[in-house]
Amino acid sequence: MGWQLIRGYALLVYVFMFLPVAVVVLLSFNASQFGSFPITGFSFRWFIELAQNDAILRAFRTSMVLGLLTALISTTLGVLASLALVRYRVPGENVISTLLIAPILVPEVVLAVALLLFLNFLGINKSFALLLFGHVLFTLPFVILVVQARLIAIRRDVEEAAMSLGASPVQTFFQITLPLMLPAVLAGALFAFTISFDDITGTLFWKPGGVETVPTQIFAMLRNSISPEINALGTVMIAMTVGLPLLGAAIARTISRKSGV
Amino acid sequence: MSIEARERRQPWILLSPALTTIGLLLFVPLLFIVVYSFWLRTATGADQAGFYLDNWREALSDPFYRDILLFTLKIAAITTLVCAVMGYPAAYFIARSRGNKAILLLLLMLPFWISYIIRTMSWINILGVSGALNSLLIWLGIISEPMQMLYNQTTVILGLVHFLLPFMILNVFVSLEGIDVTLEDAANSLGATKWEAFLQVTLPLSLPGLAAGGLLCFVLGAGTYITPLVLGGPTDAMFANLVYEAIITQLNWPLGSALSLMLLVVLGVLVMIYNRYLGMAQLMKGLG
Repeated sequence: MGWQLIRGYALLVYVFMFLPVAVVVLLSFNASQFGSFPITGFSFRWFIELAQNDAILRAFRTSMVLGLLTALISTTLGVLASLALVRYRVPGENVISTLLIAPILVPEVVLAVALLLFLNFLGINKSFALLLFGHVLFTLPFVILVVQARLIAIRRDVEEAAMSLGASPVQTFFQITLPLMLPAVLAGALFAFTISFDDITGTLFWKPGGVETVPTQIFAMLRNSISPEINALGTVMIAMTVGLPLLGAAIARTISRKSGV
Repeated sequence: MSIEARERRQPWILLSPALTTIGLLLFVPLLFIVVYSFWLRTATGADQAGFYLDNWREALSDPFYRDILLFTLKIAAITTLVCAVMGYPAAYFIARSRGNKAILLLLLMLPFWISYIIRTMSWINILGVSGALNSLLIWLGIISEPMQMLYNQTTVILGLVHFLLPFMILNVFVSLEGIDVTLEDAANSLGATKWEAFLQVTLPLSLPGLAAGGLLCFVLGAGTYITPLVLGGPTDAMFANLVYEAIITQLNWPLGSALSLMLLVVLGVLVMIYNRYLGMAQLMKGLG
């Protein structure tokens, strides 16, 4: 009886989480010329209009490039730091860990203001470079947390076996450690990309005038009212954000199955 | 160089790129805005370097800023409370479910991956004048004219809860998973009812997870300015909105620095209290 109650309650929580998202998807296929109820028919027209909207396509390209560069830099820095924390005994490890996740602990608005003002003082104005610096800064802790958690699970004896069979440390890293780490590295990169792609809080402070990312473009379009195009864009982003991690998980599983671990 | 010395140096070589990045892009800039907050914005628009207390005097004594700070803390507190009340039973259900926990958890984490701005604006589709709820109520004949349900304090809290609930559920779930289920059985066999066993055994043991989730909800909630802009009315500005106004709209960077630091100190004190009593390890568990 008590368990039934908890189950019902949890179901309501699931509905609460999914209902608004489901409505976005539903309305994006609505034929009506307003982005709202009533549903007048099924149509792909808003997706077609979306594909022809230059502003949105530009924003999409900006977000993609920014997300990929952020993922590349953050993952490189994060994997190196995680290796140090997991594989070595570093004096003051707790302090270092706290320093490394500090960008999560500082409110993003404050981080955004500090970076904007400091880099401006150094002569770096609002620009793509500033956006990239910012995105690397706040995705880095997440990469470190994710990679570290996965890295701990990798057994060291495989590496020791390779070394005892005569492999050099560099050979061991590239032929043993890196392939074993690949799922962790991909998970970290995916996390960084998603967070960067989704960010608006810092991005609104750092972006130069005229440059929009997908979230800031949506935000700018919201000023009027919800156009059906925003719902269509929302559906595309939902498909992407839901699809990408699933794809990532599938790739990670395939890789780890192939390597037989 | 000896092998030991090289062995000692290696972790620092690996750590230095990340530490340098965070040092140069976070800690130095934070120190810089401390200095900047004592500069002065002049009538000509240029910032006058120096040591002026004007910004701090304005930020700390103007009741306008104090009221909005209190309002922000209130909104964050209510959001955290609602997240706890909604999230705890859901996390408990997932942790104790005999079904596939991974799938249940993944389902709940999916919205977490969906774009924040999309999720925030999606409430306009539900509660707007021509949204789902109004359409439904009119169709049912309960109301004849659409009601204005959006753009108030309640919708700001609603949007924040929708954004932050997964953080709460994940943290509570992690701590519930760490509790030995047989402890409850032991309490039962010693004569406690199921409810008593939960209240006296499970709940206290899961408090660290609840606290970690609560901290995340509070800090993230109190630092937002997008949700009030999208779902709030003109009087629902939160403290981060003041920072945005000062920096981006008014271009008063010295004042904006002072306001940012105020927010940092208020939320930083909370994080430190948390760290003092519970430590950062619990928080990392929930995030990683």
